[in-house]
Amino acid sequence: MLNKTFSTAAPSVGSRILKPVLSGLLQIAVVTLGLIWLLNAGAEAMNYRWQWYRIPQYLWFIEDGEWFPAELLEGLFVTLKISAVSLIFTLLIGLVTALLRLSDSIVGRGLARGYIELIRNTPLLVQIYLLYFVFGPVLGLERFTTAVLALSLFQGAYTAEIFRAGLNNIPKGQFEACSSLGLSEIDGYRFVILPQMIRRILPPLTNETVSLVKNSSIVSIMAIFDLTTEGRNIVADTAMPFEVWFTVAGIYLCVTLMLSGFAAWLEHKMNVPTQ
Amino acid sequence: MLAEESETLRDDHIISFLHVDKWYGDFHALKDICLTINRGERLVICGPSGSGKSTLIRCINGLEKYNSGQLNVVGQSLDGKHLKAIRGKVGMVFQHFNLFPHMTVLENLMLAPRRTLKMSKIEAEKLARNYLERVHIGHQADKYPAQLSGGQQQRVAIARSLCMKPDILLFDEPTSALDPEMIREVLDVMKELVNEGITMVCVTHEMGFARQVADRVVFMDEGEIVEIAPPATLFDSPKQQRTKQFLEQILSY
Repeated sequence: MLNKTFSTAAPSVGSRILKPVLSGLLQIAVVTLGLIWLLNAGAEAMNYRWQWYRIPQYLWFIEDGEWFPAELLEGLFVTLKISAVSLIFTLLIGLVTALLRLSDSIVGRGLARGYIELIRNTPLLVQIYLLYFVFGPVLGLERFTTAVLALSLFQGAYTAEIFRAGLNNIPKGQFEACSSLGLSEIDGYRFVILPQMIRRILPPLTNETVSLVKNSSIVSIMAIFDLTTEGRNIVADTAMPFEVWFTVAGIYLCVTLMLSGFAAWLEHKMNVPTQ
Repeated sequence: MLAEESETLRDDHIISFLHVDKWYGDFHALKDICLTINRGERLVICGPSGSGKSTLIRCINGLEKYNSGQLNVVGQSLDGKHLKAIRGKVGMVFQHFNLFPHMTVLENLMLAPRRTLKMSKIEAEKLARNYLERVHIGHQADKYPAQLSGGQQQRVAIARSLCMKPDILLFDEPTSALDPEMIREVLDVMKELVNEGITMVCVTHEMGFARQVADRVVFMDEGEIVEIAPPATLFDSPKQQRTKQFLEQILSY
């Protein structure tokens, strides 16, 4: 009847960690090998000869013992520069728009809402065309500025919604506590509200940053020499689309994975002990 | 009513409601409230849910705006412009504590004195540790709110309000969110505090506490003040029928 005996020892480290990890790695290896085999088979059917040995020269070259970045890495630097500058403006535009949306003025709310709806309901490519061919020349902007403007306006609309959700999720009691302690509005936001908000919105903000980096590849249509444009030029010169595009994708992947890793570390640092 | 109307503002009336009304849309939340509270007085407000008790005290520190009538707090009329001035002088302890979760207990207490009272870090820390000792939580100064029990968090909240040296301390059902075994420790702290001369207005269901501590008890129902009397009188020989009904309900179990 009640003669059940429960095992008193916890499962050993080996079976808890090692087995699932090994089994996972095995599955990944099988799937990867399967994919590679599939690619190879397809390429052979097309009589395609792999030319991976030609890729490294487009990544870097060594002259007189000094290391120089080549086309792909230079493209990467341009991409990173555009993304970084756009990120700053995205955050600014997003924060201002969110505050406008939550403000007491009807005009402010209307402007913010109108901007967000307009941007979120039109494709990025179309917005870039508009800015590059219409508004850019009218305002006399150069290409880099147009690219940053387009990306910031685009991501800013999405980021504004993230800020707004973050602000709305702060319990009203926090605002009330600030005011009942006599803290000025600015001090309240600076020391109490914004720090809490930043902790909450860090995950979705990371997603937006990764989106920003990926969307930056679309500015390649403006003849800016970012990573994607360089990739396209190399393919035009060498007729090896597979190798080049896989490499380009791999570089984007490295950047976004590092961003995600950094964000995870940041989140971990900001976590507050709960016992 | 007539007596209240002809009364002029006296210096020791630290809070005075004169025919204050408040509506939430069509709902008449506060009906013709006339109430004066003296400096140093300990006032407890009780009544059924929805009677307007919380609304009333939240008008005192400007968290709620009233629609008509006159409300004076510490000599200032509360009509928008003077809200900032009274905010530091009227502290509040909330039902759900409202501690700042991303700061330690000590930092929670030090923030407002440093930023608003412009105290130095050393002075503020001394002040904070002093009040933490007074509420018997000195040893938890470096913990985060999430690591404390409900009763401990509420004591921290009380200490935090005291650091701003307010003239008035409002309590909005301070023990309603606590497990029963923690209610006593918070009420004990509140009892010790009031011997300091601070004016206390407390909304609570804890009648035993009201009996021991209050100078007067206000009974509210459906947005009106039904009866005001010293605790012994109100609890033992209530005059109004509604008061009697309410007391029977809560004391009969």
